[in-house]
Order: sequence, then structure tokens, then C-alpha cells
Amino acid sequence: MNAEIQRVGAIVWKDLTAERRTKANFNSVVFLAGMILLLFGFAIGPGGEIIDAISGGVLWLTVLFSGVLSFNRSYEQELENGALEMLLLYPGDRRAIFVGKLLANLFFVLLVEVVMVPLAALLYDLPLWAHIGPLALVLVLGTIGFVTLGTFYAAMASRLRAREVMLPLLLFPMLVPLLVGAVQATGGILHGDLMGSTASWLKLLVVFDVIFFVAALLAFEHIIED
Amino acid sequence: MSNPAVLAAGVARRFGRRWVLRGIDLAIQPGQVVALTGRNGSGKTTLLRLIASILRPTRGEIQVFGFHTIREGASVRPLVGMLAHNAGIYDDLTAAENLVFALRMAGHSARRAPISEVLDRVGLTSFEFERVRGFSAGMRRRLGLARLLLRPPRLLLLDEPYASFDQDGIELVNEFAARIRDEGGAVILSTHDIGRAAVVADRRAHIADGLLGEQAIPGVPAAGGQP
Amino acid sequence: MNKAVQGPEVIAPPRWLTPVGWAALLAFPAAQITGFLISAPDRAMGNLQKIMYVHVPSAWVAMVGFFVVFVASVRYLWSRDLKHDRLAAATAEVSVLFTGLTLALGSIWGRPTWGIWWTWDPRLTSTAIMLLIYVAYLALRSFTEDEERRARWSAAVGILGFLNVPIVYFSVKWWRTLHQVQTVDVTGAIGSAYAISLLINSIAFMILFAWLVGLRTQLAGLERQREAWLEEQALSRSDAHV
Repeated sequence: MNAEIQRVGAIVWKDLTAERRTKANFNSVVFLAGMILLLFGFAIGPGGEIIDAISGGVLWLTVLFSGVLSFNRSYEQELENGALEMLLLYPGDRRAIFVGKLLANLFFVLLVEVVMVPLAALLYDLPLWAHIGPLALVLVLGTIGFVTLGTFYAAMASRLRAREVMLPLLLFPMLVPLLVGAVQATGGILHGDLMGSTASWLKLLVVFDVIFFVAALLAFEHIIED
Repeated sequence: MSNPAVLAAGVARRFGRRWVLRGIDLAIQPGQVVALTGRNGSGKTTLLRLIASILRPTRGEIQVFGFHTIREGASVRPLVGMLAHNAGIYDDLTAAENLVFALRMAGHSARRAPISEVLDRVGLTSFEFERVRGFSAGMRRRLGLARLLLRPPRLLLLDEPYASFDQDGIELVNEFAARIRDEGGAVILSTHDIGRAAVVADRRAHIADGLLGEQAIPGVPAAGGQP
Repeated sequence: MNKAVQGPEVIAPPRWLTPVGWAALLAFPAAQITGFLISAPDRAMGNLQKIMYVHVPSAWVAMVGFFVVFVASVRYLWSRDLKHDRLAAATAEVSVLFTGLTLALGSIWGRPTWGIWWTWDPRLTSTAIMLLIYVAYLALRSFTEDEERRARWSAAVGILGFLNVPIVYFSVKWWRTLHQVQTVDVTGAIGSAYAISLLINSIAFMILFAWLVGLRTQLAGLERQREAWLEEQALSRSDAHV
């Protein structure tokens, strides 16, 4: 068990070190997220009430559309120099590769959100600071499920020639419950929870996260081998 | 009697519709160094990857020191070390960091590992803390060799070990192969340059048309399926 | 371990296939006729309501189909026997067909009923999402060349996709309830004649579905057999290309 934790740690450390050195991906993903937020603004037009009603949706679609770019990249560095082969040759459980990559991607996407969410609050005048605790909880729960499935499907999609198309095609339909739950919970937190349903949506997110983490973990060994 | 280092029976592998290997039988005993020859695209790399347990044979099976490469892959992997064409080095880590990563992935502690010594052996001392991105092909392979030196395997697979190495590097490879052999391990090295391999190789196996034949070559005695 | 080693595997058509085909040929029109004869036209919707006899059963069999894909995928990963992969692929194709049919019929029904082609009804919406998930499953298959890799990858997608079925359904249902849009329960307020017709149609659809899946699996098996034959040729020839 300790050896597995060490392996997971090694992957996280390796992925994040490489990312920290180049920063190219982080910068471009953050930039894209900011641009999507602006474009939503133009598409919706100025005016408070509409924004209030759909800010949760805007926020989460921005997370999904910008975050999806990070998953294939996570495997690209393994494919570039034949590193995946070496990864497969190390002793021990290959699921450590999945957990390590998942944690590295989770850290990456959460970091993007740390920049993106305040920007959204600024652009759309959202009461962010008044609800920072519950909002952070929704963001973390939603992002865990998103990153779990993203890391899983990218392990396949990144090895296909049609990887840019295949990843969203596989990933986004699966994320519908997560999107619905996260958007409803976010809306409830930011603009008042009239139906008292936010807690139920959070439970849905937890169930989604747990089910797909376990399923992806069990299936990963079958998809990573060559 | 101890298990053969490699025992392959009827191994065939197909990629899409192309049969790269059509039926390989091969037995290698501990203490042997086998030179694997064949033209470009003849399947040398595929055979090495099959033996390393990172590919599944389409047909047939392989055992490494008595362990089935697919059913007992977890037991095979700790015994095998491979120097591939692409050394599997990460560009954005330094030379030392790449070695630390490899050690941790292998389940070892990196704290007291002789990283500097090993880098010195392969002539990369002055590049220890430099990012790999600027390394030449030869330097990358030296780093790949350093990774193997840190944790010498019982079965060493060298894919084109003489490519992109200078004379000094080639001697390093041969020296390492001889050491694994002397310690009771086995080595398979694929090469075009049988002359260089002749220094360490005991046998030569030649792949053509997806089949294996053993040929006599000057300086290297040919051997049958059983030595 | 690898069954192909003993030479080309011979895949005989299952004995049930032909009788089931005949049964489907008889049951399908019979069920339709029963639907029109024994249940009176709906008071509000007239004969338009008869669409339900096709819409609802095709949704049900598609759902059964996704479950079959799930079971076959699990069994493939467990045994690595490609026959399970062929069953999963065949069932997914036929299920996608029936899911598409469900959506098209729902639309045709919705237009005169509510004056709109699409409504965000929980069942219809979940069905549309399932369609997307399994179209992605088929797309992944078509993009993956190596047959063994294709089988492993699509099995994983088939398993996770099915786990999502209840989650999608309940999340969409709660989502709609929250927005207080009336869910039109098409199976609610049913007379017994309606129920009987629906049951008969469902059985007919199930038989048709089984026959189509059996046929498609058999076809995939024959393709595999041809491949196996070509493999033997290639392995025994000096030229390694097929």
C-alpha cells in the first residue's frame, strides 16, 4: 500500500513539476476560460436579471469547455517520448497511474477555477465573497467528477488520431447529471435556494463522484495496457 | 533446474491486419546474451515489447523466468529492464529528477540512491540539474542507461543499443550487458551492427518474414533453440 | 488460453435465430393490428395515441439493450473472449437504432399534441442523452483499429455508460420537477385495453429486437471467421501482409 501511495505521489509530482516548468498549458487554459466568460457576456447582453438566472450555467460550461483541454495534454507527455511504455513496465498496480494523473489534473483544474471564478464574479457581479465556503464545496465536488471521467476517457482518446473530437464526444454526454447538479447547486447558493434543494444536488454530486471513481478505477487497467 | 530467462512458444502478433510476427519460438537461458537482428520493420522491437509484457501476443505465449507475461505480468515486470528507442524520458524534468521518478515508480526510495554516481558513470555529471529538453539523442539514451544502472534487471532488453551512442557509450552498453550476464541474468539486444554486438553476444537470432532463424555469423557461434 | 490458436473458429448460427425471425415477422404486424382493433381511439388524441404502441416499446427494448451491452462488456473484460464483444457491439447498434426511433416518434407525437417538436420531458431528455452516450460508443469503435484494443476500450465505455442511465434519469427528473413544468405521463391514466395492447406490442418488439441482435451478432461472427481464415493464410504464406 505504501509503495502504491509512493507511486501515486511520484506521478502527481512529475506531472505538476512539468506543468510548473512550462506554464504554457495553465496560461492558455486560463486565457481561454476568461475569453469564454466574456463571450457569454456578449451573447447574453448586459442586464442583471438574466445573468442572475444563468450565472451558474455560465460558470460550469466555462469550467467544462476550458478544462477539457487539460486531459489529453496529461497523456501527451507520456506518448511523446515513449514514456507510457516505461510507465507500464514499472512494477506494481497500474491504477496508481490513474489516481496520480487524476490528482494532478484535479489540482490543475481547481487552480484554473481559482483564477476563473473571481473573474466571473467580477464580470457578472456575483455575490462571491458572501458565499465563498458553500461555493468552494460545489466547485470541488463538481470538479472531482469532471476530472475523474476526463482523466479516464482521455486515456483512450489521447491515443486516437481523432482525439480532439473523441474526448468531448465521449465525455460531455456522461457529464449531464454532474452539470445539472452543479449548476442547480451553484444557482441556489448564489441567488437564494427557494426550493431548499441545494443539499440534494450536493448529494447527487457526491454519488456521481463515488460511482464513477470506483468504476473508472476498476476499468482503468483494461484500457491503459496496449 | 532453474527456469529459462525467456521461453516463447508460437508467438504471433498482429497490428491491424499486418502480421508483424508469425510464430516465434525462442529459449534463452540465464547467463546468455542474444543478439537479435533483422531488417527495419522486421519486428525486433515488437518482440522485445512482447517479452517485456507491455504487449499481448495475438497468439502463443511467453514466459520470463517461469512467469507468464500476461497472467503473471505483475511478477514479470520487476525482473525486466528495457532501453527503448525512445528512452521514455520526460523533457521538462532534469536528468536527476527523471531518475528520482523512475526509482519512486519502481517502489524504491530515492533518498540515498547513488544518483550522482550513476550519472557520472554514463558521463552526464555536468548535466545532472539540467532539463532534458535540450539533450541530444545520445544523451537521452545515456540517461535511459543510467536508469537501468540504478536498478539492474535480471532480464535486460536493449533496443538498438548502439544507435546514437559514441564509441565510449557502446563500451558502456557492452560492459553493462556483460555484468548482467555474469550475475546470472540474460540480455537480448536488437541491432543492425552485429560486429559491435559480437563482443558480448553468445548467440544471434535473426527475424525475417515474422519468423525467427538462428544464423551463424563470424565471431558469434550460432545456436539452436536449445543451447 | 487463446481460442484462435487451434485454427479458424467456426461460428454456427444459433439454432433459435430462424424461428425468432419468423416469430418477429408474425408478431409485429399482429401487435399493430391488435393495437388498432382492441383499443378505442383516445378521447383527446384520437388515433395519434397509437404512436405510443411503438414509441414506448422501442424505448423499453433500447433500455434492455443497453443493459445487455453492460453485461456483455463486463463478461468480455472478465474472459477476454471476443464473442462477448461482438454481442455488445451488435446490441449497441440495434439499441441506438431503437433509441433514435423513440426520439423521432416522440417528436412526431409532440408536434400535434403540444404544438412543439421537442419537450424537455425527463424520459425523452434522458433518452436523448443515452443516444449520445451510445453514439459515442459506436464512434469510438469505428476509430479504433486493433480489434482487441477496440473490444477493451468499448467495453469500458459500455460499462460506465450504463452506470449513468439511472443517474441521468433521476437528475433530469429532479431538474424538471424543480422548474415546475408539467411532466406528461404518457402511460398514466390507462385503460385496460391500452395496457393489453402495449404489452402485446412490447412482446413483439422484444422478439424483433432479439432477432436483429442475433442477426447482427451472427454477421459479426462471420466477419471474424473470414478474418480468421485470412489470418491462417497470412501466417502460412511467406509474405506477412494480408
